[in-house]
Amino acid sequence: MKQEEKRILFEPVVDNNPITLQVLGICSALAVTAKLAPSLIMSLGLTVVLVCSSAAISLIRNHIPTNIRIIVQLTVIASLVIVVDEVLRAYAYEISKQLSVFVGLIITNCIVLGRTEAFALQNPVRPSALDALGHGMGYSAILILVATLRELLGSGTLLGHAVLPLTRDGGWYEPNGLMLLAPSAFFIIGMLIWAVRTWKPAQVEKPAYRIHVVHRTETL
Amino acid sequence: MPADAAPAGIARGLWVFSRPNNDPAKILAVGITLCLVCSVLVAGAAVLLKPQQDRNQALAIRKEIVGVAGFQADSAQQVEQLFQQHIETRIVDLDSGNYAEDIDPATYDSHAAARNPATSSALASDQDPAKIKRRPDYAPAYLVRDGERIKTIILPVYGYGLWSTLYGFLALAGDGKTITGLTFYEHGETPGLGDFIKSPAWQARFHGKLAFDEHGKLRLAVIKGRVDPASPEASYEVDGVSGATLTSRGVNNLLRYWLGDQGFGPYLKRLQAEGGKT
Repeated sequence: MKQEEKRILFEPVVDNNPITLQVLGICSALAVTAKLAPSLIMSLGLTVVLVCSSAAISLIRNHIPTNIRIIVQLTVIASLVIVVDEVLRAYAYEISKQLSVFVGLIITNCIVLGRTEAFALQNPVRPSALDALGHGMGYSAILILVATLRELLGSGTLLGHAVLPLTRDGGWYEPNGLMLLAPSAFFIIGMLIWAVRTWKPAQVEKPAYRIHVVHRTETL
Repeated sequence: MPADAAPAGIARGLWVFSRPNNDPAKILAVGITLCLVCSVLVAGAAVLLKPQQDRNQALAIRKEIVGVAGFQADSAQQVEQLFQQHIETRIVDLDSGNYAEDIDPATYDSHAAARNPATSSALASDQDPAKIKRRPDYAPAYLVRDGERIKTIILPVYGYGLWSTLYGFLALAGDGKTITGLTFYEHGETPGLGDFIKSPAWQARFHGKLAFDEHGKLRLAVIKGRVDPASPEASYEVDGVSGATLTSRGVNNLLRYWLGDQGFGPYLKRLQAEGGKT
């Protein structure tokens, strides 16, 4: 693989992560990460939609009239999401029930439209697909990390298998109920962003406002 | 535009696609072509996967029935096996309370029947606390037998909560009075509030409650606040969930409807009179 392609593929995993740097796709990252299994399926679903829509948009990019380009992109994304939803309902019924509306909401996930609009419209198919795959991996990495922490600390299990013995079953671990609620994902993602930016200070944003020192004329 | 911006091969032959991108004819052509391709894709997926989805749904419903009957089943095979072995499906004529022998339970769909005016009856608003609007003339009942006697009767119940129709099953002992289980398998209530109806702890509060008193009067109610264990009503009442008053009320209404005269009332009266023999 060429150097440039490697960069396109791996940059979104940490250096340009859609969740921790671009802060996109937060809604599903909060909603589906109480358990690991739905998070894995959600990650897979989003990655499939992302790669297929980027590739499809890139394939027809020279024929997309600029006035209707957002409609074209959303039509492609929405169709792919419906197909993914149907496949999940056929082959992963229980998990698709747990994911409920969040598979459908991939349509409005900013990561997908963001990649087709910002990258696939200007680039050939192969780099577009790699870029989409990279962003899918970046999203999946955060989702899996958050879900692992939440399921482990909230239920003492991973993928439904007991890891930490719970006190109510005679073990030593008292599960943290907060981990099963959406706010805990906010805390975990917040701490992840903090950790990543401590590791890579280049990601720290400039302060949006600066308090100016004003020369005071009146005396207090 | 980058150097490789030549029109893609698939569209080169059609003149309209070689027009400038913002030409109205091209905009229409691209829009229509895209919509056609996408609709074929979506429709194809929906049609091809429908049989598998229907199987999943039927299995999920059987799993609920087997579960509310008190069996423990983990895998799909176990569910199927328990269902075949223990569950007897009968179709009940809701007006008379007798079994309708001429309807095949394997193919009868009471929800489809409820939509068809020929096989259902409209409910006046004062008869319809569960807000289901039309009631099918026949509905299934699932029986678990212990020898000849009926051990458990499982009745499909549904009705409107706050946002959505709740679908579930109510299990009664063979006496046709004592509730042994309640479960809901489909609803669209508020996550975190109205979805308490799926909580096993709340469903367990129905265990052992009596639906009817000794005179055959329907007494079961989901009430606001705590049930006082000392009160004479305690054996008929279940406390609802605060913060989800309308969903609690919906559960109360749909249970009272399906246990009442417009629902399975006549059937249960017959079972109570016969002592659960048939």
